[in-house]
Amino acid sequence: MLELVRSLGRRVDDGVWRLGFAARFFVVTLALSGSALRRFPLVVREIYFTGVLSLIIIVVSGLFVGMVLGLQGYDTLQRYGSEEALGVLVSLSLVRELGPVVAGLLFASRAGSAITAEIGLMKATEQLSAMEMMAVNPIARVVAPRFWGGVISMPLLAAMFSAMGVFGGYLVGVVLIGVDEGQFWSQMQSAVDFREDILNGVIKSVVFGVAVSVIAVFEGYDAPPTAEGVSGATTRTVVTSSLAILALDFMLTAFMFRGA
Amino acid sequence: MSERSLVSISDLNFAYDERPVLSGINIEIARGKVVAIMGGSGCGKTTLLRLIGGQLKPARGEVRVAGQVVHELDRKGLYALRRRMGMLFQFGALFTDMSVFENVAFQMREHTDLPEELIADLVTMKLHAVGLRGAAHLMPAELSGGMARRVALARAIALDPMLMLYDEPFAGLDPISLGVVGQLIRKLNDALGACSIVVTHDVQESLHIVDYIYFVSDGKVVAEGTAQEMRESADPWVHQFVWAQPDGPVPFHYPAAPYGEQLLGRAGA
Amino acid sequence: MSRSALDLWVGFFVAAGFAALLFLALKVGNLSAVNMSDTYTVKARFDNIGGLKVRAPVKSAGVVVGRIESIRFDPTEYFAEVALALDERYRFPRDTFATINTSGLLGEQYISLEPGGDAKMLEAGNVIKKTQSAVVLEKLIGQFLFNKAAEGPEQKK
Repeated sequence: MLELVRSLGRRVDDGVWRLGFAARFFVVTLALSGSALRRFPLVVREIYFTGVLSLIIIVVSGLFVGMVLGLQGYDTLQRYGSEEALGVLVSLSLVRELGPVVAGLLFASRAGSAITAEIGLMKATEQLSAMEMMAVNPIARVVAPRFWGGVISMPLLAAMFSAMGVFGGYLVGVVLIGVDEGQFWSQMQSAVDFREDILNGVIKSVVFGVAVSVIAVFEGYDAPPTAEGVSGATTRTVVTSSLAILALDFMLTAFMFRGA
Repeated sequence: MSERSLVSISDLNFAYDERPVLSGINIEIARGKVVAIMGGSGCGKTTLLRLIGGQLKPARGEVRVAGQVVHELDRKGLYALRRRMGMLFQFGALFTDMSVFENVAFQMREHTDLPEELIADLVTMKLHAVGLRGAAHLMPAELSGGMARRVALARAIALDPMLMLYDEPFAGLDPISLGVVGQLIRKLNDALGACSIVVTHDVQESLHIVDYIYFVSDGKVVAEGTAQEMRESADPWVHQFVWAQPDGPVPFHYPAAPYGEQLLGRAGA
Repeated sequence: MSRSALDLWVGFFVAAGFAALLFLALKVGNLSAVNMSDTYTVKARFDNIGGLKVRAPVKSAGVVVGRIESIRFDPTEYFAEVALALDERYRFPRDTFATINTSGLLGEQYISLEPGGDAKMLEAGNVIKKTQSAVVLEKLIGQFLFNKAAEGPEQKK
């Protein structure tokens, strides 16, 4: 029993210690971002690895999620004779919630894990030490560009996910089932507000981008320099950032859509 | 500390958490010399290199490089000092996402504003010095262990350092590569007019190329001298190490209960 | 992967991202429909605003001409003061009539403006005097039942 309490205490202690280190690491990364952003080609490279390479999974998933929303939404709405509201249902659920959240989860598992593995391997093979010995700060040279690459990619990916989703809903609802096209778009347009819905969705995706990127680079940098250490860190990135996305989503939603 | 010393280590102590690794190390290294620090695995040799490079802070004592106390430097001063150091890591530590050319050009790009043509010429010269001019376009994954080590060497000398640190440069190399790397260490040191510290447990190769040797055991310097002195040393520890004997002052057996007792005890149980 | 090809892909990616944002803003959202950069604010007082919300539309002849900017309760005279942000392009006479309507049977509530005949136009900060409060469904039903009850005995007589 005592042993249980003790191990629990140790875990909490360890967690708090890591949280503190992560916060300090985040601040250092931001402080050193100036030099990373000045050498923009490095960030462009990371946008390629995080953004462009996630493109396929985001586009395909967005399309399918939108198509499923179209089918399910139509099934429910037509019982109340309001299938014209399908556009509203698809677009609002995508723009407000599913776009940022699902794109964020996919981003965490596709790009976040890759970032962690890459930085962790660089640490395990002493590349980060070597860089330090060459008087180059690895946080400025390796960490900051990956962080910013993720932060820039994520909102763009979420927007593409939502757009593809709306298109998927249109395909199923209008082209396949035959909901009136004019009603589909016009109801959507009158119900979706640019500031309330779209901008808030973009803000969400930016917040998720920051969260996933910082977790990914931190886990990589903090990974024990062994094969097990890196694989464990990669798993932790996906788990932690998925939980962070869901928790942040709840907080942001409560904050944004309280019903003005 | 004498004026001619480039690196001077005095009363150096270091501990990981509670476990002491180095206790009371004193080493003086003059310009132009190649010095080997030898000892068994896990005796704190790599730790010593990290202390010289300023990646760790000593618990007591100090490391002076070119007159500066390394652990008292701020980040800027330390980075300025490190630009004049080169370090070869155990397995090369090449940047796996860059080609051989970019690896060698890395420091030039980071620290200088040299035009692209000049960088290309310099990189070619450095690669030529290690005999890998033709491998410039390869990626690190395409290199053999010995080639990777040589590329890392070219990278370490990119900015013509005054101090070279080698962490196990001979580990895991075939005899030919091993000889090549050994010769390069000596040749480059003489060409650069630098001072080199080679941390290794490869006795025979080191004895050929170094000027002076320190033996480290249990965090202390147990013997020092020139290669010739070491070969002829009567010290039982040095003798065991140099002639690679399995048993001696360094025991073959990890501390354990008496053999017979353990076997009998198990049979009885 | 050569440098230029990489740049091309990233450029394509960023362009596609912004295109998606633009699609969301224009086609999905209503940024194009109501682009009110310049507005002027007038006030209207109601006894009861029902379920009216901030940012609900203000319509005239069914066309959106503005948005509700804020809703405030006046504690001295006990009425609701609603601020309407109207599009600068549209001017309404002083004696415009403001009513709170409901779109459909159970839809959202909005304010409808019915222009009067005054020669003077509403300026920023003016107050619309003629207003009609929201129709509260419960009250209406209550009134209906009350009337029925009042009628009932007479018919029996």
